[in-house]
Amino acid sequence: MDEKLLEIRNLAVEYHTDEAVVYAVNNVNLTVKKGETIGLVGETGAGKTTIARSILRILPPPTARIVSGEILFNSTDLLKLSEKEMQKVRGNKIAMIFQDPMTALNPIETVGFQIAEAIQRHNKITHFEAEKRACDMLEMVGIPMERYSEYPHQFSGGMKQRVVIAMALSCNPELLLADEPTTALDVTIQAQVLDMMESLKKRLGTSVVLITHDLGVVADTCDSVAVVYAGEIVERGTVEHIFDFAAHPYTLGLFGSLPQLDSKERRLKPIKGMMPDPTNLPPGCRFYERCPEAIKECAEAPPPDVEVAPGHTVKCIRVKGDAA
Amino acid sequence: MTPLLEVRNLKKYFKTRYGLLHAVDDVSFTLDRGKTLGVVGESGCGKTTLGRTVLHLTEPTDGQIFFEGRDIMYPKKRELRKLRENMQIIFQDPYSSLNPRMTVSEAIMEPLILRGGMSNDEMLAETRKLMDTVGLASRFENSYPHELDGGRRQRIGIARALALKPKFIVCDEPVSALDVSIQAQIINLMLDLQEEFGLTYMFVTHDLSVVKYISDEIMVMYLGQVVEKAPSDELFANTLHPYSKALLSAIPIPNIHKKRKRILLRGEITSPVNPKPGCRFMARCDYAREECNEPQVLEESSPGHFVACCRYKEIMTS
Repeated sequence: MDEKLLEIRNLAVEYHTDEAVVYAVNNVNLTVKKGETIGLVGETGAGKTTIARSILRILPPPTARIVSGEILFNSTDLLKLSEKEMQKVRGNKIAMIFQDPMTALNPIETVGFQIAEAIQRHNKITHFEAEKRACDMLEMVGIPMERYSEYPHQFSGGMKQRVVIAMALSCNPELLLADEPTTALDVTIQAQVLDMMESLKKRLGTSVVLITHDLGVVADTCDSVAVVYAGEIVERGTVEHIFDFAAHPYTLGLFGSLPQLDSKERRLKPIKGMMPDPTNLPPGCRFYERCPEAIKECAEAPPPDVEVAPGHTVKCIRVKGDAA
Repeated sequence: MTPLLEVRNLKKYFKTRYGLLHAVDDVSFTLDRGKTLGVVGESGCGKTTLGRTVLHLTEPTDGQIFFEGRDIMYPKKRELRKLRENMQIIFQDPYSSLNPRMTVSEAIMEPLILRGGMSNDEMLAETRKLMDTVGLASRFENSYPHELDGGRRQRIGIARALALKPKFIVCDEPVSALDVSIQAQIINLMLDLQEEFGLTYMFVTHDLSVVKYISDEIMVMYLGQVVEKAPSDELFANTLHPYSKALLSAIPIPNIHKKRKRILLRGEITSPVNPKPGCRFMARCDYAREECNEPQVLEESSPGHFVACCRYKEIMTS
């Protein structure tokens, strides 16, 4: 369990547009252990998806640039691989599930064919064998294999997401990047899909990076959490640490914004203001303007990562290393 | 006192190639002034259609609607126009419900222009006041929707709905497209406005934690029908219908110490086209029996708590 599968070091990604440079990911460090599920939590535009896409190197080519950093996957730097070598990793060693299952599937091919295609791409097997394995995959995600030759439009949203998951897991990847896999689904269907992902993960031993904005989903499924804000990881720790001893004001603010099912209070406590413009980030702490704890020093220099407990780091100068 | 809104046996059927789609099937409720009715259910359960039908945005098929005691089931065109001053809607998607070629102040002023009877200066003053009410800084007056983020756009939608000082607002998933921190800001704003103007809300959503937070009473819908209706706290404390139970248990709770057992539903929502007369949830229900093939009626289990399940008593004791 403690073996490192993926290690991201000082990753920085920029989008160059005609008008400005968007600093989407800044100096991100992240480790994923074997068999671990890590949740990347944050708001729209925080850079969660960009981090995941950088791992697979599928950022939109002309505008996006990985400026610096290393992405070590089983100790090889993915950023140094040639495009051809990278293709052997994508879908095979690292697979990705996208948010919207309606657009992730090809509407003019049968779902079975689309899964078999992925299998054949990475394995030297006959088409017949690939078909057989695709059928197995469908059954594994709870779709009867009689539906192999149906088209995506014949499936409901939840079923389509199952197909996408089947496809992603078809080559037994070591790492699964799941980008908001259940956001587009209804809660009862979400419960089915999360339950299924959980049991598949246990069976196949896959590590998962789960991108989500739903802290409820994180509490249900993740081992550890990284909170992303304005392109940085502001807090990182085990799920127990983050939920019980959250220390970064932003993380605390996120929890405060949630309507609690068992709370009697009539007002929510939102975080004031909005995320800073990623083309024009402040020099100091990115959360400074919205932070209830901010002091003058916060605006002056980027805050360091403070380790408040073993494995629990917080990017804030206002927390003390020994406070937790 | 007459309730602000009373809906009796409201039906909305759509003709499709395959038969009649029962989008809203025999829904009744009353809504008192200043209260909030939450309508929850999954996609396709008819909750949005219900809201739109009440407002005559789609014409109801059958039933009765009373607004302040007045029958408004078949209003004349002029009557409807007058009615709409009092009944407004906030839409789900602040990205597509605004005209991209109208500035913020034009968009908010539009309802005032349509109603007429105000001079330009008066309208401009009123628009500024509305912007202030919903927390939009006056510097955005001449901005276009694409220049603003989701939260601010939703504030425009709210200002538009408030412009004619309505009594009743249907809120159709008003915060579903927003991030949690922004969502909290908008919910607080809506609560403040309700207090300030004595508004009555019908809050349509699939997000159960939000609905519990904001509603006085909650109605759970499944395939066009109300399966359970109860005061908000009562529904969460004493869930009776098997569908509501599964729905509530499926909400992921942001708390690692309260691991609940999720009730996993088999299969997915069935087709609302030409449904059978019995319980519509039957195919996915663990408790389904022979008698569930009979039509289910809403039964009052305790004061104010209604449930449409013939087996709820047995389930409760088991």
